[in-house]
Amino acid sequence: MEKKMSAAEKREARFQTWISAQGVQFQSPEAEATYKAAIMRLKDAVQMEKVPDRVPVLLLATFMPPYLYGVTPYEAMYDTDKLLFAHKRFLMDYRPDFSLGPALMGAGKIFEILDYKQYRWPGHGIPETSGYQCVEGEYMLAEDYQVLIDDPSDFWVRTWMPRVFGALEPLKNLSSFTDMWEIVVVSLQMIAFGIPPVQSALKALMDAGNEAMAFIQKIMGFEMEVRGMGFPASIGGAAKAPFDIIADTLRGTRGMMIDMYRQPDMVLKAVERLTPIAIKQGVGGATMNGNPIVFIPLHKGADGFMSDEQFKKFYWPTLKALILGLVDTGCVPFLFCEGSYNTRLNYLKELPKGSCFWIFDRTDMAKAKKTIGDKICIGGNVPSGLILTGTAEKVKAYCKDLIDVAGKGGGYIMAFGTAMDEGKAETVHAMVDFTKEYGVYK
Amino acid sequence: MSKELVKFLSDLQEQEALEFVGKALEKGVDPVDLLGETKEAMNIVGQRFATGEYFIPDLIFSGEILKQIVQMLEPHLKKGKEAERLGKVIVGTVAGDIHDIGKDLVVFMLDVSGFEVLDLGIDVPVQKFVDSIKETGSSVVALSGFLTLAFQNMKNTVDAVKAAGLRDKVKIMIGGGQIDNEVKIFTGADAYGKDAMEAVKLAKGWIGGR
Repeated sequence: MEKKMSAAEKREARFQTWISAQGVQFQSPEAEATYKAAIMRLKDAVQMEKVPDRVPVLLLATFMPPYLYGVTPYEAMYDTDKLLFAHKRFLMDYRPDFSLGPALMGAGKIFEILDYKQYRWPGHGIPETSGYQCVEGEYMLAEDYQVLIDDPSDFWVRTWMPRVFGALEPLKNLSSFTDMWEIVVVSLQMIAFGIPPVQSALKALMDAGNEAMAFIQKIMGFEMEVRGMGFPASIGGAAKAPFDIIADTLRGTRGMMIDMYRQPDMVLKAVERLTPIAIKQGVGGATMNGNPIVFIPLHKGADGFMSDEQFKKFYWPTLKALILGLVDTGCVPFLFCEGSYNTRLNYLKELPKGSCFWIFDRTDMAKAKKTIGDKICIGGNVPSGLILTGTAEKVKAYCKDLIDVAGKGGGYIMAFGTAMDEGKAETVHAMVDFTKEYGVYK
Repeated sequence: MSKELVKFLSDLQEQEALEFVGKALEKGVDPVDLLGETKEAMNIVGQRFATGEYFIPDLIFSGEILKQIVQMLEPHLKKGKEAERLGKVIVGTVAGDIHDIGKDLVVFMLDVSGFEVLDLGIDVPVQKFVDSIKETGSSVVALSGFLTLAFQNMKNTVDAVKAAGLRDKVKIMIGGGQIDNEVKIFTGADAYGKDAMEAVKLAKGWIGGR
């Protein structure tokens, strides 16, 4: 039956699921009204069929809530109660329209057990006062493309995971799972699981799994509670642009940039191979969480990170396919576009009206409004520098300009331009409060 | 000289450039001349980047080709005759921040633009910048940072330079994805640049050079 529904109908059904808030115990009728109004506000801003009641406020506050309540990033990653305390207080005191899941901060213990090498986290290679940071590296080698293309999951399990997680290094001894067919080979395929180092790796996975269960139980308790307080979650699922999966996760920035010259065909085959996998991940998360918003953080396609020709060839086709694939299932892609996208705006015109939203960082918002404002919802652009070093007055003036220009006629979401690891009470309050007051559409 | 190498390198023709260098060395061409051509080529690359014709991948790839050419030339070059440099610039990613891509691009472009660069690396303690200024007498310092956490550590670094009595002896520039004029004012730096060529322009303005 689902096959007969149009993309718009599927989206409507997903919004209805989200707004129905199954299993949520609302603390008061007001909380329920606030929850539903927030979703309707975002829906109207994104779909652009009618002007929302006011500009939605969606804050990508990562380690900011802990920071504002004296909880260090180290404590936030090692003491889930403190993490959740800070996020809850932040919602109560600042009252943005949506909650950003504290699950994104992760649990330090899990990374320790796995001996995670691609990131450093507070207390592990970087100060306890810093949020986690990526370690650039070639976790996939230039000659690995064909192996990745042949079987991405196999590459992940037997090559990438052993390189990225010290505790999982022995998994490189496994044979490919697809080698397991009839009875004559099954017994032999089990041999690798009897190797003591492989068993240690499996034990590490189980230990990490136990930590993850303890972590997610607390997180889910928090999620249901804050929904009951009137704050819908801002993210249902997550996916990455296929080019970024390779450039961020596998090859590293430098490696991927050089590949565009030395082995362009392999890069193209690989991004195409990963596209349906990325769509599946995004849809899966959105469906599981009953929330249509699929978060897609964009990195290596920003202005300056490649030429227009390279963007057109290597980055955009599979990003577009990812967006369209998600839209087709009724999901709402939330493109989180760090850096600037001034030279890419024309490409965004190719996307269906009212299908997704783009939170920009350094993009010229007047230009964005002019170029795509008639069909695509835009947002963001409040600079981190202004929030952390500016005054309430300056922030209000900046937000006023954004609402006047980018928010004209709807289709705008107030947001930071980047994920915020720190904050300043005065300026964050000014941003939220001013938007709630001045951002009302009359 | 036909300047073929200038063209190959500046147009990012890796195979052609490397083959040309290999053959030229066989033919007995003076490696110093070849090195001169690579410098000319890298100037063109820098110009193309500054005018928006080239982008970060082009810079990275040109660096990759250059590295291979220099490796080929090195055994043939006589040691000790280091070309005269425009001046010394200290570069580093500030304390607490381990990002290096932006910083490395600045180091690379300063280097190919004729500056002597002291690269202090990533997560550089405040005191190390101060000590390096004292040791080298360098008059330009470039602070890199990707995280918002870097704002405070950039300010701390500038403050420490001031406390050491060195503030009027150096010009300090900052750069990174979230850096803007607001942050520049907060940190007390002299200027900020939005990309590697702006760093070169600032250094030239402060130290001199073409």
